[in-house]
Amino acid sequence: MKTRSLVSIDDLSTEEIMKILKLAAEFEKDPISDILHGKVVATLFFEPSTRTRLSFESAVNKLGGKVIGFTDSSSSSVTKGETLNDTIRTVNNYADLIVMRHPIEGSARYASEISTVPVINAGDGANQHPTQTLLDLYSILKTQGTLDKLNICMVGDLKYGRTVHSLLMAMSRWKTSFNFVAPEELMMPDEYKMYLNNLGLDYYETADLNEVINMADIIYMTRVQRERFSDPMEYEKVKNAYVLYDHMLSETKPGMKILHPLPRVNEINTDVDANDKAYYFEQALNGVFTRQAIICTLLGLK
Amino acid sequence: MKNMSDPKQLLVSAIESGTVIDHIPASTLFKVIKILGLDRIRNQITFGTNLESKTDGKKAIIKIAGKFFEDDDINRIALVAPNAKLNIIRDYEVVEKRVVSVPDTITAIAKCMNPKCITNFEKVTTRFRVVSKKPVALKCHYCEKITDQERLEII
Ligand SMILES: [Zn+2]
Repeated sequence: MKTRSLVSIDDLSTEEIMKILKLAAEFEKDPISDILHGKVVATLFFEPSTRTRLSFESAVNKLGGKVIGFTDSSSSSVTKGETLNDTIRTVNNYADLIVMRHPIEGSARYASEISTVPVINAGDGANQHPTQTLLDLYSILKTQGTLDKLNICMVGDLKYGRTVHSLLMAMSRWKTSFNFVAPEELMMPDEYKMYLNNLGLDYYETADLNEVINMADIIYMTRVQRERFSDPMEYEKVKNAYVLYDHMLSETKPGMKILHPLPRVNEINTDVDANDKAYYFEQALNGVFTRQAIICTLLGLK
Repeated sequence: MKNMSDPKQLLVSAIESGTVIDHIPASTLFKVIKILGLDRIRNQITFGTNLESKTDGKKAIIKIAGKFFEDDDINRIALVAPNAKLNIIRDYEVVEKRVVSVPDTITAIAKCMNPKCITNFEKVTTRFRVVSKKPVALKCHYCEKITDQERLEII
């Protein structure tokens, strides 16, 4: 049997996604076990992402496995020295599963084709980050009780945000309606709007968060980064237009939750943290359960 | 065949048996030769290029003696010669005519236009799913970005 890897959320059928989310719920109830006893997981971070690495390592440790690996903080080393092919073949001798983050797009797919053990893509450049999408789905399912026909309001950088693109593609399986709130320069790219059009799903675009905030079941906040703007003046104009404050939440749906892939900068004011609708830190914890479920699924242990 | 006996068409000599590939754009003749590996076989090959064509500007034609192609092989040239027509020759007669069609997947021919794609960093055989045939649009199996006709480069 061919080794099963997770490179892109599209690799999973809807049934497989639901299975992973169900397993994640089991790990949430009972996160500690010894199911990975004797197993070694390699975390190969060719670029740093402390948050993602810690989440994976926590997941492995809670299941009684061991972690080896590296984080490479000098981005230049990717283009010189050992090929990815050689690194993967070498690490195959040491580990039962590879978690890999790499700045080059398509690197995870390539690694999965070389590797004799499962590869989990923990981000390949601007391309895919499927475990983030699965933990987002888990957070949505857990807080809303369903994934069907929800209203999701995506806010901030919708142009370059890999997370929102993957979530959009995944959630479109459940007839979601979307509101996109972004400055002109960072609007949702046409290819994703076309994708929704082809599926006959509704979306609405606006630059004003207040216009759509009360319709939302989920508000998905993202960072608006200065370096995305060709004109720094443009950034100065919009940087405060996409900030969420507690007073804006008074008329929102009672069960609405606010998600954010973290780290945040200033786009969610700290006065929101105490509100029941703030869910981003729980969302990060859900990441551990979801990754436990993904690892066990790929190793065929559950 | 009337066309074949037209003196203008006989700038390169007739073959006894083999394949004639006509209506290749003159600009992509050498890409066609490379894709089909004609630079590596020992068959007799003659070609003409910058020939006048009523329908598609300057065209090229290749005649390969003693060579017959499978559909899968010949369709590989559809990316660079979408209007190519094949005449299969036996005993100086055209016994069959074929056209090319863009296949559903493209392997080892095209270059991914994404400079950040792994295929442009490491020795990886490129693979694409054809998401549109006219105009051609290819989705990279690795980085999942689209390479369109305009940015299409043959390796
Ligand atoms: Zn590519």
